[in-house]
Amino acid sequence: MDFVRNFPLFSILLPMVSGPISSVMSGKKAKWLNYAVVAVSGLLSVATLVYVLNTGSTYNYSMGAFPAPFGNEIRVGVLEALTATFFCFVMLLSLIGGYRFTKVDIPEEKQNLYYIMMNLLLSSLLALIYTNDMFTGYVFIEINTIAACGLIMIRGWGRNLLAATKYMIMSLLGSGLVLISLSILYGITGHLLMEPMHEAIVEIMENKTYTEPLTVAVGLFCVGIAIKSALFPFHSWVPDAYGYSTCASSAILSSLVSKGYIFLLIKFFYRVIGTDIIHQIQVDDVLFVFGIAGMVFGSISAIQQTDVSRMIAFSSVAQIGYIYMGFGLNTEAGMIASVFHILAHATGKSLLFISLNSLSDGTWEYANYRKLRGAAYYHKFAGLGFAVGSLSMVGIPLLAGFTSKVYFAKAAFGVDSNPKMLIALVALAISTILNAMYFIGQTINIYTPLSVEHEPGSVKHSASARVAVVLFILINLVLGMGSDPVIRWIRTGLVHFGAIIKIR
Amino acid sequence: MSELFANYLAVVAMVLFGIGFGNLLLQKNLIKKIIGLNIMDTAVYLFLASMGYISGRLAPIITDGDTDARKYVNPIPSGLVLTGIVVSVSVTALMLALTIRLYRRYRTLDIDEITLLARQEHNE
Repeated sequence: MDFVRNFPLFSILLPMVSGPISSVMSGKKAKWLNYAVVAVSGLLSVATLVYVLNTGSTYNYSMGAFPAPFGNEIRVGVLEALTATFFCFVMLLSLIGGYRFTKVDIPEEKQNLYYIMMNLLLSSLLALIYTNDMFTGYVFIEINTIAACGLIMIRGWGRNLLAATKYMIMSLLGSGLVLISLSILYGITGHLLMEPMHEAIVEIMENKTYTEPLTVAVGLFCVGIAIKSALFPFHSWVPDAYGYSTCASSAILSSLVSKGYIFLLIKFFYRVIGTDIIHQIQVDDVLFVFGIAGMVFGSISAIQQTDVSRMIAFSSVAQIGYIYMGFGLNTEAGMIASVFHILAHATGKSLLFISLNSLSDGTWEYANYRKLRGAAYYHKFAGLGFAVGSLSMVGIPLLAGFTSKVYFAKAAFGVDSNPKMLIALVALAISTILNAMYFIGQTINIYTPLSVEHEPGSVKHSASARVAVVLFILINLVLGMGSDPVIRWIRTGLVHFGAIIKIR
Repeated sequence: MSELFANYLAVVAMVLFGIGFGNLLLQKNLIKKIIGLNIMDTAVYLFLASMGYISGRLAPIITDGDTDARKYVNPIPSGLVLTGIVVSVSVTALMLALTIRLYRRYRTLDIDEITLLARQEHNE
């Protein structure tokens, strides 16, 4: 067995071990340990990605002494390795970019606790990406929730505590639904690993036994994940949780945490249920409707905000809507567009949060629409980052957001049911106009020459934030202009995900 | 109707799940929300445990060298219940800790009142 095959497991275990170790370290050492661990996990994922691309196949890595139908497994393929690599580097850049604010926002004695949570979050995200066992997936969903809650509340304001409580309540509702759904699925299939579960489900659909419990279980799972990943109308916790956290937390929460759950949902669709059965029980139509609603209403809510960090948070709701809309199309092209949008949105949103925090000096007083006027003249790099992030979200050519919108439009044309195609295209157009209204407006606002005196706050220009902003812009451009290999990898990964894609 | 009586444990579990879910979602008092959370999780354990139990069989612990699988109940649901209990204890602890911090700050457990107070604090 090649040694590289162990790397996914190492990349999960490394942060899990380094988390407890950083509890006895000073904040500064914990920070460096955390950076190192995230970087090493990223490199291990790169090696895994190269390995699976070279071999052109996937492999199952059995955990513990018991073989396949009983024991626990992780599964490694192109899509998993690609997503893991991407998540690690986005997390690293967000941490670097938000470092100045992390230092100011979090009391000295609590800094190491922050990095424990970050390690735990990385570990659970990677486990969610790689797991081949649904119950392990559930356990890591909960670990992810706990870590994310820590990231929200660490700033210690009343509003953060409240946001963390609201986040926990909504998340626990979601994970309760996921748990009961998995129990029902275990009851009717007798398995927890994905492949045997899928075989049992195909048999159930052929024999027409237990089709109702199956539908209920799939529905509950989707609603649970939808609550946790803030699909409209379950997004009530989003603005507080993203808007008032410290910079690195906001960036990571909006770009990675919700995406981890969505990745598990993709695995659930492809590897557990099968996309044709999803279509048969019409779950995709329901997700399509909610995705479209999210695209429109998320943007409408964003327009109404005066606080720009809340505006960006609401825009996340709209972007999550895009991803679910792609699921709802339930074609190969739709799914590829969704996965690509996960990557595009992750870079764009992290960039926006880091730039905004630099522009507003990390304080909410300055995150107000009026106070930000002309801020780009003080913080040139942050201004540029905000502009690029905004234009990417709107979908200006050359940037990642444009490419994903093109793929969404192509996917919509490929659907042969007419109303769905029309609705998707119209919603894409409306949502783009709404996006442009608030993002372009805000970009013009920060580049408008000053009418009131802007007082720079305690946090000044930081080199680390500049590095992060420049790298994020580069990633965004690379994704926007050189999307072909990424799309090819995503397609290979999805084909490997079960070879059950039917192009309707 | 007869199916409901035959599977009465599953029915009770679902009713309890509904009660717990409703409490977690709708109660204003944070402690009552946490109680709801625990009712919801316990309902799932009842559901899992009832699924794994086969009447007349033993717990899957081999004492007299008898390895015939037909004598024992399915051990996996019990394992899932144990894992679930660990998860639910940790999230309950986290929720209680959050509740204590909110109570110390705002002297109330009503989530709507806390929201109002936090907004006032923010605007000052």
